[in-house]
Amino acid sequence: MDLFLQNIVNGLQWGSFYALIALGYSMVYSILMLFNFAHGDVFMVGSYIGFGVATALLGLAAATGLPIPGWLILVLTILFSMFLTSFVGMFIERVGYRPLREAPRASAAITGLMIGIILETGNLAILGARRLSFPQLIESTTYQLGGVFVTNKKILIVAVSLGLMYLLHRFIQKSKWGMAMRAMSFDFQAVPLMGISINRIAPLTFAIGSSLAAAAGILYGLAYPVLDPYMGILLGWKAFVAAILGGRGSILGAALAGFLLGFIEIFVAWIFPSTLRDVIAYSIILLILTFRPHGFFGQAHSTQLRL
Amino acid sequence: MRNRTTTSAPAAGFRSRLRQFTASVPLIGWLLGIFGAVLAEYFLGDLVSYYLGLPKIPVLFGLLTVLKKPLLIPGILGYLVLVYAIPVVIIVRIMQKPANRLAEFLAGKRVTIAALVHLSLFYGALHLWADISDYRLLVLKLTMIAIMLTLSINVINGYMGEFSCSHPGFMALGAYTASTITLLLFANDKQFGPALLPEALGFYFFPLALVAGGIAAAVGALVIAIPSFRTRGDYLAIISLAFLFIVKSIIENLEFVGGPRGMSSQPDYANLPMVFTVMVLCIWIINNFVRSTMGKALNAVRDNELAADAMTVDTRRTKIITFLFGAFWAGVAGGLFAHVLRYVNPGSFGIQRLAEILAMVYFGGLNSVTGSIVGAVSINVLSEALRPLEIYKWIIIPLLLILVMLYRPTGLIAFTEFKPRELMRPKTTKGGE
Repeated sequence: MDLFLQNIVNGLQWGSFYALIALGYSMVYSILMLFNFAHGDVFMVGSYIGFGVATALLGLAAATGLPIPGWLILVLTILFSMFLTSFVGMFIERVGYRPLREAPRASAAITGLMIGIILETGNLAILGARRLSFPQLIESTTYQLGGVFVTNKKILIVAVSLGLMYLLHRFIQKSKWGMAMRAMSFDFQAVPLMGISINRIAPLTFAIGSSLAAAAGILYGLAYPVLDPYMGILLGWKAFVAAILGGRGSILGAALAGFLLGFIEIFVAWIFPSTLRDVIAYSIILLILTFRPHGFFGQAHSTQLRL
Repeated sequence: MRNRTTTSAPAAGFRSRLRQFTASVPLIGWLLGIFGAVLAEYFLGDLVSYYLGLPKIPVLFGLLTVLKKPLLIPGILGYLVLVYAIPVVIIVRIMQKPANRLAEFLAGKRVTIAALVHLSLFYGALHLWADISDYRLLVLKLTMIAIMLTLSINVINGYMGEFSCSHPGFMALGAYTASTITLLLFANDKQFGPALLPEALGFYFFPLALVAGGIAAAVGALVIAIPSFRTRGDYLAIISLAFLFIVKSIIENLEFVGGPRGMSSQPDYANLPMVFTVMVLCIWIINNFVRSTMGKALNAVRDNELAADAMTVDTRRTKIITFLFGAFWAGVAGGLFAHVLRYVNPGSFGIQRLAEILAMVYFGGLNSVTGSIVGAVSINVLSEALRPLEIYKWIIIPLLLILVMLYRPTGLIAFTEFKPRELMRPKTTKGGE
């Protein structure tokens, strides 16, 4: 029983990375009907930007001698990196997706894939193949609740990601920009006629998605403090699967499916040998998709591929 | 000839003369010229490169040396002109009339015979060219395999208009099945024990092993096809992606095929004639497939599935058969791949391989056999030529591909038909200027 609860805690932590990344995929899909295949690498870039910002802030604190507490640095790092990474997202939209809006969708997918490769290789070329270790900004303390061990980092990770999801939900449901985004996802053709420019909504969507990915990257760095240029591939593609599982374009679905994928992976690794994790996790996903082809919350719309 | 200008500027005059010259030479003339050039390199290459101050015969047309040692560029250019350009021009010039007569003679025969004549000439040239160094041989084989892969994914992504991500998975299935068969039956392997059949038979059974690999891939494709062709859209993309991960993971967990360590020391069956023959068969069959009624039905399904259904196309059956067909050839290519490199591990069939294959097909052009060949050859040659740049290679190639996508979203040579007879027809000069 304790192990079960322990795995639920681990699954919550692991799932929050997937959920945060999957949100980016899903938002872009709901607006542009495109998958941003570079998104996994935006997560990686966000993590590296977070590394840079955190190192710079730590250096600043050491240089000036100010006793800046670790949690403040962490908050500043998350906010600052989210801000910086949103420009990466907007840049990708500008160079890779806007010129291809009328092109076949597969071409845009290829462009995204190639931008991802450029981001990975660029990182490798600039920083070299050595792995960086993310600075530990907060002391790790372990609490024992019953038989379950919970570190403060785990609580922080889950809390921050849930908080960000709530903020996103508020933004999309309550703000004017969010309303514009919802309208755009409802009808891609008619909304520009109402004076809402797709050229403002699409960059905004990419910016929000990328900043969420950056937050995920920093949280990931807190939990697993080794950064390498290819970390975006594995997590990114799995988060993509989660985005599909949740239903294409559904924000709530993406978040839930992200957590579900995290649970599946953790529990499979608990019950079976951990090398079988991918086989079983993906087989479960295949099964779910066989019976619910549109995911949990996706609408059964027939998409005519523009090819 | 709309754009023919009547300016008397020397450049334009030279261009139009050149165009007139090239337009009057049939394919077989060019092949003869290439054969002659390769023959010249075979016998005189060492001599010429010695006098031009090159350390050895430039492999791959000097593309590798250009970035490494820029001082050698004049020598390489001289070598290219002396060994390739001049013999080609001379032979083509001399043989223009006989070649045209030969082409006319062949045009009267069946297309199979004509194609065989052309192909044997082409193979001769390739064989001599690849004889110079092992590196050339390897690049040539890998390029041919890349052509097969690109073609087979073009059937799915181009002609059918779906987005399949599982090609590395099919390749892996083919590679592992074929390797298991050859290692089990024809080789004394530490994993599989002594050979069950005489080793001399191995080479002749190798095509069967390839076919078995292809069938394994097709069976795998069935797993994807049955659930995913119920709806349209990006559904196939995600299922095939999941399939790719599943296949890779299963192979990593199968201890008897080596697990994550992979399989090695496959028998050396995939020599150049074998790879060439399989590639030609692949091009031939796929080209016939896409030009058949089935292929037309396929294009109809892509352009408007409802309309195609109304016109009595069995859309589901068409899609499934096509998907299995594409997967089959990917499996065959995978089997060849394993026997060319003589080492495979699950890591070689991951997302990176997928990006490479997709790059080749979208670079060359969708819905086009010629485009696939062009894409596979150019991306392969480019990635070899840029090898001295090491990691920056993977910035330049994606950038190039993005540019292609921006300016030609369906690829360089998209939506064309590949007609062998048209390609081989005689080109007689009629009057001229």
